[in-house]
Amino acid sequence: MTFDALLVLDMLLATLMLMLAIAALHCESLRQGIFLYIVFGLVTALAWARLKAPDVALAEAAIGSGVAGALLLAGLRDRKPRKQKSLLRRPAWQVLTVTYLVIGLALTASWAFLDAQANDVGPRLGAMVQAELANSGVSNPVTAVLLNFRAYDTLLELAVLLAALLGVLALGPERAAPRAAGPVVHHLVAWLTPLLIVTAGYLLWVGAHAPGGAFQAGALLAAAGIVVRLSGNPHNGLPSGIWVRMLAVAGCGVFMFVGLASMGGGANLLQYPANWAGTLILLIEVFATLAITTSLVLVYLGGQPDSWSSGRRKARA
Amino acid sequence: MIDLLSGVLIIGGLFFYVAGTIGLLRLPDTLCRLHAVTKADNLGLGLLAFGLLLQLTDPLSMLKVLLIWILVLAASAAGGQLIARHVQREQEDSS
Amino acid sequence: MLETSTLYGLLGIILAALGLQAAILQRDAIRRILAINVLGVGVFLVFIATAYQGADTPPDAVPHALVLTGIVVAVAATALALGLQRRLEILDEDTDDE
Repeated sequence: MTFDALLVLDMLLATLMLMLAIAALHCESLRQGIFLYIVFGLVTALAWARLKAPDVALAEAAIGSGVAGALLLAGLRDRKPRKQKSLLRRPAWQVLTVTYLVIGLALTASWAFLDAQANDVGPRLGAMVQAELANSGVSNPVTAVLLNFRAYDTLLELAVLLAALLGVLALGPERAAPRAAGPVVHHLVAWLTPLLIVTAGYLLWVGAHAPGGAFQAGALLAAAGIVVRLSGNPHNGLPSGIWVRMLAVAGCGVFMFVGLASMGGGANLLQYPANWAGTLILLIEVFATLAITTSLVLVYLGGQPDSWSSGRRKARA
Repeated sequence: MIDLLSGVLIIGGLFFYVAGTIGLLRLPDTLCRLHAVTKADNLGLGLLAFGLLLQLTDPLSMLKVLLIWILVLAASAAGGQLIARHVQREQEDSS
Repeated sequence: MLETSTLYGLLGIILAALGLQAAILQRDAIRRILAINVLGVGVFLVFIATAYQGADTPPDAVPHALVLTGIVVAVAATALALGLQRRLEILDEDTDDE
């Protein structure tokens, strides 16, 4: 009797994820839907762990479930209470057409996926990564791919984050500050924030040879900033004035500077000199972490902080 | 032997989780549900953590598991207090 | 029997289909943002499922890096979408009051 316990675990996990997704999407109350989405994110982190992707599991738990959940809840708080506007359901023909189209799309994708799994695809990129890993300056293959082999993609990702930040900052003043916190939250935040900072530093350092890295560390620090804001601190843990702007731009900026400086010896863009690779990667990661933190806390604020507007206009809509 | 003890502790922890979830689903009031979930889940997590500790050999990993348990205890305690305060405010507003 | 990577890949496709259907059919902005996030998780599952190469060999690291990038970009897009939705509500309210 071949009883595969891991297969049972996988089936249970898959069923749980499906049920959570359906419940989150079609729940009556939007607040419950967002909470269910946060739980769905944590169960997805379990699925990543099951698929031997610990870096992705860390990032999903911190960013995909934690920060995204906080953003969605803050966005829910923004909404005005619904007036008489009743959201009519869509007519049945629209629902049926879209559903059939999506089912057709899913069946085609499943057929393509199963076909790709059955046939041999030839040499994989992963094998090339493992072959060149010793020259990359780090020993964690995911960090090597992110910050050395495909560093250009990560540079553009930091630019996308910066673009989203600029978009949010351009849209108006920040969200209303939360209610003043009681003693429980004050004392929790008082010792939680240093612990989060130390853990973020540890994740940043260990990313070179174990699961971890700049994104997970940045998300943890952003969580510290969000928690500090929720406890009523007016500065939200960020520095003020020119320093916030410098930090937000520093991730993309230092990355580009290192990339351009590497061209000095006649190499291509972002082609690090071989014996400096580890140090340069750590330098880029430090500034990327700070930039990710600043961007995520500022988008959680939802707009320009009050300290930027020099008190002239307090146009809080 | 260690595996047996580990298994017993983990199954005990799961039993407390199931009890807490049944309380969450069946009890009538938010405060009663809060009571069930925070108490039972914390105890369940403690048993689970001790069961996993027996499987580890590296003291640093053991320290990390204990740290996780303490953090979840603190976070759920603070969260429970906040939810209870919110419920109390709602009751005061409506009365 | 069913391989791990096949199971999670098919799960990812189903989740992506659920998210896409809800993103098109729902009317409320935040529900659509939620649906697009679920669509994103489904797509990431397909990526990581193809990267899985069995319990003994280390997985393919390139899809892991792509998904890591994708998670950060998804949260950035969610933040921008929520900011735009907030602004849109303020503007709708201003035109309603006139």
